[in-house]
Amino acid sequence: MATIYVDNKPYVVNEGRNLLQVCLSLGFNLPYFCWHPALGSVGACRQCAVKQFKDEKDKRGKIVMACMTPAAEGVRIAVDDEEARQFRETVIEWLMANHPHDCPVCDEGGECHLQDMTVMTGHNYRKYRFPKRTYQNQYLGPFINHEMNRCIQCYRCVRFYQDYAGGQDLGVFAAHDRVYFGRHKDGVLENEFSGNLVELCPTGVFTDKTLKGHYTRAWDLQTAPSVCVHCGVGCNTTPGERYGLLRRIHNRFNHDVNGYFLCDRGRYGYEFVNGERRVRTPLLKRDGALGPVTRAEALTEIGKVLSGPAVLLGIGSPRASIESNFALRELVGPDRFYDGVSARERQLLSAMLSTLRAPGVHSPSLREVGEADAVFVLGENLAEVAPMIALQVRQAVYRSTVPMGERLGIPAWHDSAIREAIQGRHGPLYLATVTGDKLADVATRSWCAAPDDLARLGFAVAHCIDPTAPSVSDLSEELPGLAKEIAGALRSAQRPLIVSGPSCGSLAVVQAAANVAISLSAAGAQHAALCYDAPECNSFGPALLDGHGLDEALQAAKSGSVYAAIVLENDLYRRADRAAVDAFLEGAEQVVVIDHTVHDTTKRADVVLPAATFAEGDGTLVNNEGRAQRFVQVFKAQGDVQESWRWLGELSRTAPSNGAWQNLDHICTRIAETAPALGEIARVAPAATARFLAQRIPRQAHRYSGRTAIGAHVNVHEPALPEDPDSPMAFSMEGFPSTCSSALTSAYWAPGWNSVQALNKFQAEVGGPLRVGNAGVRLWEVAEGHDHKYFEVIPPAFQSREKEHLAVPLHHIFGSEELSVLSPSVAERAPASYVAVNFRDAEALQITDGENVQLVLDGIPYRLPVRILPDLPSGVVGLPSGLPEMSWVKLPGWGKIVKEVPA
Amino acid sequence: MLTEEIKHEIEAEAERFERKQAACIEALRIVQMHRRWVDDESVRDIASVLDMSPDEVDSVATFYNLIYRHPVGRHVIRVCASVSCWLLGYERLLDHLIQRLGIAVGETTADGRFTLLLNQCLGACDHAPALMIDQDQYQDLDVANVEAVLEHYQ
Repeated sequence: MATIYVDNKPYVVNEGRNLLQVCLSLGFNLPYFCWHPALGSVGACRQCAVKQFKDEKDKRGKIVMACMTPAAEGVRIAVDDEEARQFRETVIEWLMANHPHDCPVCDEGGECHLQDMTVMTGHNYRKYRFPKRTYQNQYLGPFINHEMNRCIQCYRCVRFYQDYAGGQDLGVFAAHDRVYFGRHKDGVLENEFSGNLVELCPTGVFTDKTLKGHYTRAWDLQTAPSVCVHCGVGCNTTPGERYGLLRRIHNRFNHDVNGYFLCDRGRYGYEFVNGERRVRTPLLKRDGALGPVTRAEALTEIGKVLSGPAVLLGIGSPRASIESNFALRELVGPDRFYDGVSARERQLLSAMLSTLRAPGVHSPSLREVGEADAVFVLGENLAEVAPMIALQVRQAVYRSTVPMGERLGIPAWHDSAIREAIQGRHGPLYLATVTGDKLADVATRSWCAAPDDLARLGFAVAHCIDPTAPSVSDLSEELPGLAKEIAGALRSAQRPLIVSGPSCGSLAVVQAAANVAISLSAAGAQHAALCYDAPECNSFGPALLDGHGLDEALQAAKSGSVYAAIVLENDLYRRADRAAVDAFLEGAEQVVVIDHTVHDTTKRADVVLPAATFAEGDGTLVNNEGRAQRFVQVFKAQGDVQESWRWLGELSRTAPSNGAWQNLDHICTRIAETAPALGEIARVAPAATARFLAQRIPRQAHRYSGRTAIGAHVNVHEPALPEDPDSPMAFSMEGFPSTCSSALTSAYWAPGWNSVQALNKFQAEVGGPLRVGNAGVRLWEVAEGHDHKYFEVIPPAFQSREKEHLAVPLHHIFGSEELSVLSPSVAERAPASYVAVNFRDAEALQITDGENVQLVLDGIPYRLPVRILPDLPSGVVGLPSGLPEMSWVKLPGWGKIVKEVPA
Repeated sequence: MLTEEIKHEIEAEAERFERKQAACIEALRIVQMHRRWVDDESVRDIASVLDMSPDEVDSVATFYNLIYRHPVGRHVIRVCASVSCWLLGYERLLDHLIQRLGIAVGETTADGRFTLLLNQCLGACDHAPALMIDQDQYQDLDVANVEAVLEHYQ
């Protein structure tokens, strides 16, 4: 700790910080642009000027940039100094000279850091009376709108895009007063984190293009704290609604999870909520066609079967909340509750879950991933399956070089100097994946191989670390050396990290990663961590409820028994073989599907009940690290749409069953009583009865406008506020805007701080955790002791076959996930289906890039264009996973490529 | 496409550095030496030789005022527009050149002979106004004596 003097008052602050950090943390309103808590200092904008004095006798002082000056013991500065204040005002006047002052038509208006800082410095009147510099804007793809005239040259965009996210196609061009931030040519911004420019840009140069399609001012949005549903990482989000439409997704800061950022799938996948494929009313099949009916009719119809002789099977879902899955389990009974994932995925998830819950293995938070100092990625193309993990791995390899700079006397926050000192060097990162990975540019070594060979490498690494781990016989070529190198890097690290997951469909890969983690723990590594990514937002949820395998349920069709099925938020055709699902749905007495979106399974249903999406309901999701997080209803959907667990509760009341919950707290209490693994679920967020100064927390900002006019075309009387039985939040601007629970805070605001940077005021130290703690509850912590039980089954080395190829799934950030691809902007970025082949195999098969071939898998031919993928191992072909036009295929699996003979 | 000769020259430069990206400026200079200016295709080609993205190469190219990203004439006139030259009337000289050549600043004559540009300070304040044509500097210029200077450049 150090004592510094600000405006002649002593303050005790953390050493190793700069003056801007400590001034903001102390609550001073010091304006800044180029500095960002996640990006560090470069001293580019000259905005955070303060006056520094040599000692208490020094009356003159000198102006310094707070962000570039260490907060060392005894430093004396003045923020409230006339000369410094004037300096800051003048700087903003320069920055504003070419700014178009177009706030009324600018999308950023009302949450603009430039507006806030301009007001803060007191620059109220414009003296510049000359023509302003203007630019041509660029087309940057479906996510980002470009308006360069507003730019104030703070360089945040390129620093994030290039330095933080590893993007290469956004740059800064020209010089002097013609500096231009954009692309070399018009075109789609390729980096998967481009959407963060919307929040990083302090003004309106980069704005959300999808929001522009249905624009609403920030202060007119109704928001609630939410969790992203487009992968298993569980990033915290703030969705915003107006007039019944979901308008945008913003980041919601969670220091332990996503910090300040989101990936583009998470930010732009939301439009499925507004999509035309939504189910808005109950549907009943009559004469072979589904048509809308009243809820009473639908419930009566289902009630007939519930009280009938048919055995009721409940199929849960990894994209439905814990509560909904549990409600289904309560209705059908634990013996007839199925987890709703394919047999292979179930096997992988249960292996991952049991490893993570075993003693001695630490499952890191996303923040901890970014703090690792040696990383070994086994099997996962992270940028495609869990982009935010990839982003943190990128930070880990950068951060682990920071000590190199510090040894030269450069403080860690001095971003430009550190990067200059390390000259592009990076910490140890080893990638072992089926095909080339986007992290390769910062990897120490990258190695592509078939899943079995990846697993063998993992097992070999574990054996190198701990000789008691099972050894791998006859390793080929370079493998023993590589395994030794990786083992050495992990052993000598303070915080080694292994990242793996289910995406290449190999149990051996998941087990090999576990062995590496166990071996590190056995070798005495104190802070070793094992991060598995999970494919869906609640993949671990149904598994923690001990669901049976979906394939067992599908067997019912063959058993000849009389059964009916309730399918919860799940398209079974994405989980299992088409013929098996067809037989199952046809054989059922009645098929009830509760879902928010029409898909192949709802089309085959007898009754469809309209479920709430994440934005229209409440629930809890368990992410890949085992963190349970609550999403709170953002708005009341029109019509009969409600949470699946509510529908299931209503069904329970019509049947002889014991689930009689009225609200979220009832069901959470019941879950905690019944499912020991989820005992903490009620602690995830305050109960619905909680009050703050005897009031609810408003979902609307205090500036929310048009409340009395919003429905005036229907009725001039102000309607009653919707009730919220599930959370202590109100659908109103009234109440106490408490920020005392981060699980109930969707937006941060402080006087003078209307942009996302208002967050500074709610952190104990800027960039650090929230004062009130971070949202979410970890369901398990690493238990004491070591579990030295290694996985023993090591697969033989991959052997390519003469006439066949091993087809493996290849994931795409845009396209592979079921819901986000329904967003038009995400769909635009999704690839068309293809089969990927490497050069040598293509040559041997005499096929060329773009040519159509037939891939025969399990006897079914798929006609696909060839895509040459140089990194793919020989004998392996890749199929894009989960694209809407591809039907379910069991992968990995052996298939045959047949060249088309021209007719 | 870069010719083999240009490619070899760039690669030879790149070998002198620990990271070949450091040869980016030299690569741009080499291309310009051969082709007088750097077109979009050359930016992409340099990027692929040096393992950079076109955006990174173009960021460097557009930063320097001596790297031309538009076609220029056989000779480039750079009129000094800095303070001393302004005090001693460079504007008269410039107006004369504009009239004489029939082009605005930033343009090239139809016959491709001259491109007219401004430059902030040529370091000849004691002999202002000054200008440069290609590699040669001329000082103490006025409307009367500039004509003879132009004659050297056909």
